[in-house]
Amino acid sequence: MSDWALIVSCGIITFLTRFSMIALLKKEMFNDRARQVLSYVPTAIFPAIIFPAIFLDDTGLIQIEDNPKILAAVIAMIIGIMTKNILATIFSGLASYWFLIFVV
Amino acid sequence: MKSNLQVFIKGIIDVSPFMIPVVPFGLIFGILAIDVGFSPLATMGMSLIIFGGASQIVLLQLFSGGASSLIIVSSVGAVNSRHLLYGAVISEHVSDLRLIWKIIISYFLIDQAFALSNEYFKKNQDRNKYFHLIGGGVTCWVIWQSSTFLGIILGEAIPEKLGLNFAVPLTFLALLVNDFRKVINVIVIIISGLVATLGYNLIPYKSYVIVAGLTGLCVAWILTNKIKKYE
Repeated sequence: MSDWALIVSCGIITFLTRFSMIALLKKEMFNDRARQVLSYVPTAIFPAIIFPAIFLDDTGLIQIEDNPKILAAVIAMIIGIMTKNILATIFSGLASYWFLIFVV
Repeated sequence: MKSNLQVFIKGIIDVSPFMIPVVPFGLIFGILAIDVGFSPLATMGMSLIIFGGASQIVLLQLFSGGASSLIIVSSVGAVNSRHLLYGAVISEHVSDLRLIWKIIISYFLIDQAFALSNEYFKKNQDRNKYFHLIGGGVTCWVIWQSSTFLGIILGEAIPEKLGLNFAVPLTFLALLVNDFRKVINVIVIIISGLVATLGYNLIPYKSYVIVAGLTGLCVAWILTNKIKKYE
């Protein structure tokens, strides 16, 4: 497959993941129970992106000891809970991370 | 009712704080793509046609590892399969729209815009509320395309040692700040995170994201069921 055929195929499959449910589902299919469970979609999906990025090293192995990302993420989370501020959460995490890898 | 433009601008404003980490992410993508051997035009094409940061990085990783096209396409699909759930959540709010709007909204259905517009949709019942998602999506689109472009130009001027990759999980963490005070949400977060981390190497084709997400959703279903019974 050429580069462009590969890119277009990936584009089509990505679009279909976004479009299929919007196209197929109808309003009548939803009841309060379905709505309630679906409201947990961000809560269920985002940790699957967050945790591996924090706990795994570049080779995909679990790294608990000597891993500054864990402490930095915990600090970001505490700041997030306290301030409920998005930028404060992201920057406190990045600042702690840089402090831990460059200063400590 | 607010005008379409007002709702569109509200979407831009709501999503903006989440765009700062998108810049380094786009830069890294652009740099990596050239490094792996894609032409500048093909790199730009990936951001324009796929428009999905995490899956584009996975594409590069697999491509550089010599994976077959079939593996690459199915892995990109697996990483992006979380959008099936976003679509299911959003579909209720856009089901009366014309097909062309559904297509446009689908193209712009990205993590940050979904999370923020989902909140907006819950609070607003105006007919034009979908402009909020388009506002957020277009904002992210502009940032993603321009930072990809910058990454292509800058090449390797940005040191990898800075660890800007770490801004990506932090963005998603920030999207969950309202969840940490609720017991059910915290349980769902921990279980989904554990499944993804432990399954990262075990679950084939990088489909750990959707497997962990569906596990988390099952847990949410069971826990909310229990609570209902006690009420």
